[in-house]
Amino acid sequence: MALKIVKGSIDRMFDKNLQDLVRGIRNHKEEEAKYISTCIDEIKQELKQDNIAVKANAVCKLTYLQMLGYDVSWAAFNIVEVMSSSKFTYKRIGYLAASQCFHESTDVIMLTTNQIRKDLSSPNQYDTGVALTGLSCFVTPDLARDLANDIMTLMSHTKPYIRKKAVLIMYKVFLKYPESLRPAFPRLKEKLEDPDPGVQSAAVNVICELARRNPKNYLSLAPLFFKLMTSSTNNWVLIKIIKLFGALTPLEPRLGKKLIEPLTNLIHSTSAMSLLYECVNTVIAVLISLSSGMPNHSASIQLCVQKLRILIEDSDQNLKYLGLLAMSKILKTHPKSVQSHKDLILQCLDDKDESIRLRALDLLYGMVSKKNLMEIVKKLMLHVDKAEGTTYRDELLTKIIDICSQSNYQYITNFEWYISILVELTRLEGTRHGHLIASQMLDVAIRVKAIRGFAVAQMATLLDNAHLLTGNVQRKGICEVLYAAAWICGEFSEHLENPMQTLEAMLRPKVATLPGHIQAVYVQNAAKLFATVLKSGEGSADSTAAQEMMIERLPLFVQSANLEVQERASCILQLVKYIQKLQQKDVEIAEEVIALFAGELNPVAPKAQKKVPVPEGLDLDAWINEPPSESESEDEQPKAIFSKEEPKHSRPRHTEVDEKELAKRREARKQEQANNPFYIKASPSSQKVYQEAPGVEHIPVVQIDLTVPLKVPGLPMSDQYVKLEEERRQKDRADKKKKEKKKRKEKRSGRGKKHDSGPESEEDITPAHMVDIVTEEMPENALPSDDDDKDPNDPHKALDIDLDNLVQKAAIRPLADSEKLPVRSHRAAEVLKSPAEDGDAERSVSQEPKKKSSKEKKEKKKDKDRDRKKSKEEKKKKKHKHEDKGEDLLGGQEDEPVVQSEETSEVAAPPSSTTAEVSDLDFWLSNAPVPSNTQGAATVAAAAAADPVPEAASGAAPDSEPEEPKDTEAEETKSSKHKKKKQKKEKEEKEKKKKKKHHHHHRHSDAGGEESVQNGTVEEEEPLPPMSNYCLLAENSYIKMMLEDADQVNDIQGNLQDGSQVVVSVIFENKCESFLKSMEFNVLDSLNSKLQRPEGSGAHDGLTVPFQLPPGVSNEARFVFTMQSIVMPQKLKGTLTFIVKNEDSSTHEKLDFKLHFTCTSYLITTPCYSDAFAKLLESGDLKCSSVKLEGISMPFHHLLARICFHHHFSVVERIDSCASMYSRSIQGHHVCLLVKTSDQTVSIDAKCDEPTLLGNVLDEIKQTFSQC
Amino acid sequence: MIKAILIFNNHGKPRLIRFYQYFAEDMQQQIIRETFHLVSKRDDNVCNFLEGGSLIGGSDYKLIYRHYATLYFVFCVDSSESELGILDLIQVFVETLDKCFENVCELDLIFHMDKVHYILQEVVMGGMVLETNMNEIVAQVELQNRMEKSEGGLSAAPARAVSAVKNMNLPEMPRNINIGDINIKVPSLSPF
Repeated sequence: MALKIVKGSIDRMFDKNLQDLVRGIRNHKEEEAKYISTCIDEIKQELKQDNIAVKANAVCKLTYLQMLGYDVSWAAFNIVEVMSSSKFTYKRIGYLAASQCFHESTDVIMLTTNQIRKDLSSPNQYDTGVALTGLSCFVTPDLARDLANDIMTLMSHTKPYIRKKAVLIMYKVFLKYPESLRPAFPRLKEKLEDPDPGVQSAAVNVICELARRNPKNYLSLAPLFFKLMTSSTNNWVLIKIIKLFGALTPLEPRLGKKLIEPLTNLIHSTSAMSLLYECVNTVIAVLISLSSGMPNHSASIQLCVQKLRILIEDSDQNLKYLGLLAMSKILKTHPKSVQSHKDLILQCLDDKDESIRLRALDLLYGMVSKKNLMEIVKKLMLHVDKAEGTTYRDELLTKIIDICSQSNYQYITNFEWYISILVELTRLEGTRHGHLIASQMLDVAIRVKAIRGFAVAQMATLLDNAHLLTGNVQRKGICEVLYAAAWICGEFSEHLENPMQTLEAMLRPKVATLPGHIQAVYVQNAAKLFATVLKSGEGSADSTAAQEMMIERLPLFVQSANLEVQERASCILQLVKYIQKLQQKDVEIAEEVIALFAGELNPVAPKAQKKVPVPEGLDLDAWINEPPSESESEDEQPKAIFSKEEPKHSRPRHTEVDEKELAKRREARKQEQANNPFYIKASPSSQKVYQEAPGVEHIPVVQIDLTVPLKVPGLPMSDQYVKLEEERRQKDRADKKKKEKKKRKEKRSGRGKKHDSGPESEEDITPAHMVDIVTEEMPENALPSDDDDKDPNDPHKALDIDLDNLVQKAAIRPLADSEKLPVRSHRAAEVLKSPAEDGDAERSVSQEPKKKSSKEKKEKKKDKDRDRKKSKEEKKKKKHKHEDKGEDLLGGQEDEPVVQSEETSEVAAPPSSTTAEVSDLDFWLSNAPVPSNTQGAATVAAAAAADPVPEAASGAAPDSEPEEPKDTEAEETKSSKHKKKKQKKEKEEKEKKKKKKHHHHHRHSDAGGEESVQNGTVEEEEPLPPMSNYCLLAENSYIKMMLEDADQVNDIQGNLQDGSQVVVSVIFENKCESFLKSMEFNVLDSLNSKLQRPEGSGAHDGLTVPFQLPPGVSNEARFVFTMQSIVMPQKLKGTLTFIVKNEDSSTHEKLDFKLHFTCTSYLITTPCYSDAFAKLLESGDLKCSSVKLEGISMPFHHLLARICFHHHFSVVERIDSCASMYSRSIQGHHVCLLVKTSDQTVSIDAKCDEPTLLGNVLDEIKQTFSQC
Repeated sequence: MIKAILIFNNHGKPRLIRFYQYFAEDMQQQIIRETFHLVSKRDDNVCNFLEGGSLIGGSDYKLIYRHYATLYFVFCVDSSESELGILDLIQVFVETLDKCFENVCELDLIFHMDKVHYILQEVVMGGMVLETNMNEIVAQVELQNRMEKSEGGLSAAPARAVSAVKNMNLPEMPRNINIGDINIKVPSLSPF
């Protein structure tokens, strides 16, 4: 035994390693397959050994063989074994092999979950890295679900190397397990601001990939990306972001406006071509999205076109190619600016590089006009002749056809020219596109009636010279053209000059060598021709000759191997024989024969069938007959020799039915047919619409002299048309000029000069034919939708998830239970209680930090700070927004009639976080033009009211810093303003003390109790009930005031530095039919709290509400209050005065209200981590207090969510039915809660460094729960 | 997204294949063949982009390639990648190979396919660009190699010795097929 092991290890030295294998394969070039199969046998032996090194070596070799195309999936289990080796060397080999050959249906993948999890949490970063890399290649939905949480954790790893890999792999996880997107998104977003550029770049990468597929969900990130774009110097990141903006702009044109400037700057400044190119691309996308909106973007287009021209003229083929590519995008919306570079594009057609030629062709497609179509096509035809290589020639051919046929032959003025082009194209050697030409010929001949005569003549020539087309074996594809030619000649045979000759051409013995389906058409149309000949002169020499020819030649086709040909030929042969028989009896038969082929064929739109709606009550999946039962199989008929002779079982056998029954059925059938869109009714369909070219009646149809013999097929003729057309146009122009001169003489108006010197405009060109393009038929009541091009299997569909409400961190719409990432748990108990576990988004976040090192904590703090900053910005933004709104209203309706108001109450509209986020975006997008729009005093007033903080302090002109990227700067100024203000406040305070009036009112109480309805009833529901921060403040028949909870997270945080400000948002809604204006908001200040007023106004002056309200409109204003002490709840009494104005009168009205500042409203939701929380409790400087709530029946998580929402707490940690919560007041008091629940009893132990505040908060909590 | 990375020589022999979407082995080989067919007939002075067409993933995908002496480096990417960016990336990758193998030549790729894979893994992960900074890539690769060496320790010594002996009698292993002009002018190269 021992000996065996020793022997094994010595053998191992002489095992082949990868290099030996490669060498061996190279030395056995002759019999490579054989050598490899012996190697595989060796590998199989090696895999059987216990030694992991041997196995790893074998797996390594297998990876190589896999590259050579050998299936190595049989070794999947061994690969897993090697993956699980503890040595990095082998692990790496294993993961590499797995990434090369594992895929979703590899069943051993199931076995790897735990191994991968172990590797992910390995202390060695390279183990983790290797596992992440491997996983990125073979992640399955199961793996994604099981490992999502582990990877999430890795996104905050200390090592940037791991972080960036974890961030990148999240994209793959999202793809496989879309449910993970919502929970993971906030962290992903956080990584956009990671200190490590690699991680940042990875996060940008992932979000860009996500956003590319579902851009609308990521619009709200635009400000963040904008910031990154203006700050980042990493070109990779910039390119990605700029590309992303390209995808976003179509959804939000305002974004485009904002982007143009920085992008143009980049275009001017960057030296990196790749960046320049992407900038140009995105500017183009912006311009496309703006195409109607901005008048002055022509400069940007010019810039783009210029830069692209530089690219195209560059000697570097890559730049040339990309330049053309981008040019084609501009072309779609701004064809004029591209058309001026036609010379350059045509030049590119001569380029030696095929890709570039193809790009140039694409461009030409969009550049044609009626004027230059012939010229361009002529150029292309020259290229067709010169082109070598069938692919390029075929491409040219399809492009020519595309160019000509685009938008219903819009640019073709002369269809005779087009037909000759098509005929010329048939002479192409070895093209595959015969059927394309054929279908064009058919289409034109059918839809352009005026051209039929000419087309038939041309086709007859083609048929006559069919040998030229079929002679060469290489030309197989082109004989499709004969299909069209034969059909056109047959169908429109009345236009044929010499039907006999064509008939002869169609019945030549050589025809039998054509493909079956073409022969069939030949035979059928020969019959049509025959009918025409017969009609033209019954009994004449021609018709008898035709008859004889038919009888003589058709038997050849009767013998055809092709069933279709055979069947048609024998039918027609018999028909002709019968006709002959009748004619011998001197019966006039021509009319009847021609009737066989009478009737017009109309083109049907290609999508027509799809568009037919399934009639009601028709189930296409239902059996028409009962499916044949098993037992029936015995009476199966013996198999027929020819499958078509098989008897049709499905046809129902009619047993005898009495007359009555039959009549009834007939009636029913008629009824059905009448309602059936599929059934062709006897009356001509009403929907045949013949499109008349606009105003064609007035255009003189120029007769084209066709003296040139058209019958010589070798001679290109289209050129003549070009010349003719030129002449015709000149003549036209001359005519027009004459007319104009006349007119001018008559009218003596001198402004016609332009027409003389300027180039002829599109309208000047008149079509040579009465172009009567028949539209394609569509079924009646066809569905107009055009959504047939979507791929139902697109994995990105599942990722179309609304992320907006996640972006705001507040617990407004927490992740639902089902959305949480599955966390691995050891104890069954935890699994059981999981239903109660949801309810707060904070928890999953707050739990993780426990594992992290202290270093992490520091980062966390930074994060927190960042959060705070963010919310500050947000607040600012909101303020600006109000400013905007105010202005709009002021600007728009200043002179309108006005009204006034009083007092009532109602339930607030629930503001969802989404709208908040979106409106932030709105603001961000709309703020750019604000400064330019502002007008005089109105703005000052608006700004003063909307942003009273800086205003009161500095008394300066309205704060107009619309660009939030400068946030740091802004913040500094702000804080300094705060200081000033404090001083001022103190002054005011002194003044206040002199006053003796203190009005204390409860804002809830006189609201009619409706608020409690809102809060109480709704919340019983099982999923977290919607909770609203808005409650009714006061209402009367004119106006409704709704109060937003005095300090939303954003508001207060902005004022943390000050520590004594509360912002109140009030929504004013006009409920009456009249116009409300001159609203003034005033509050009687108390000793402790007072309204901030602009400098210079007295302590009793009201604040002007910065907007007016037209009927039915609501708007929001914000007021800042200064608080001295926050330990006690405050009540303030206030009045709103306004003027109600209607057509004949205007009255002053007022509405009284009471503002209630609860202690809760001084609290700010502040996340806290359990270790910090523990420290806080240990510190011992907190006072204790507790409260018990009885009869609470709501689930625990609802209870927590409610405390979080209404009282601005965050959950620190939660264990079973016990949770610790934290909040902080605006003056920095810590409030800690321990909430326990058992049997409808909730006990809350609380600690705070300010006992009065604590007592009041607890009272308020108690009150909240007593209401439900 | 990068859909696939293929390296093959002037005769179409694969030297490294890395698909970021699953294809069965025979399909992979067919893709390589077709790609080679498309790429090899192009002159060196034409542009480096090819519309992949039906090959992989349809019209959204492009082949972006570079040709160095005996090797073609082909990246198949979709429209979310910047064309010039990917060209730069190929350059970065090749320069990294050059650093890691010290004057890389086709033989290095032939005999050390696994190592090339490990380097590639530091550049592209799961079809997305992971790192574009060459120094960072080289540093990570080297740290991992060092780790591998330290793990090998004594137990791997005999195997190494044998392989050294095997390599000794190898007159046919020329070292002079340099990949050549890797410093081809890259118009768009900027300090990434």
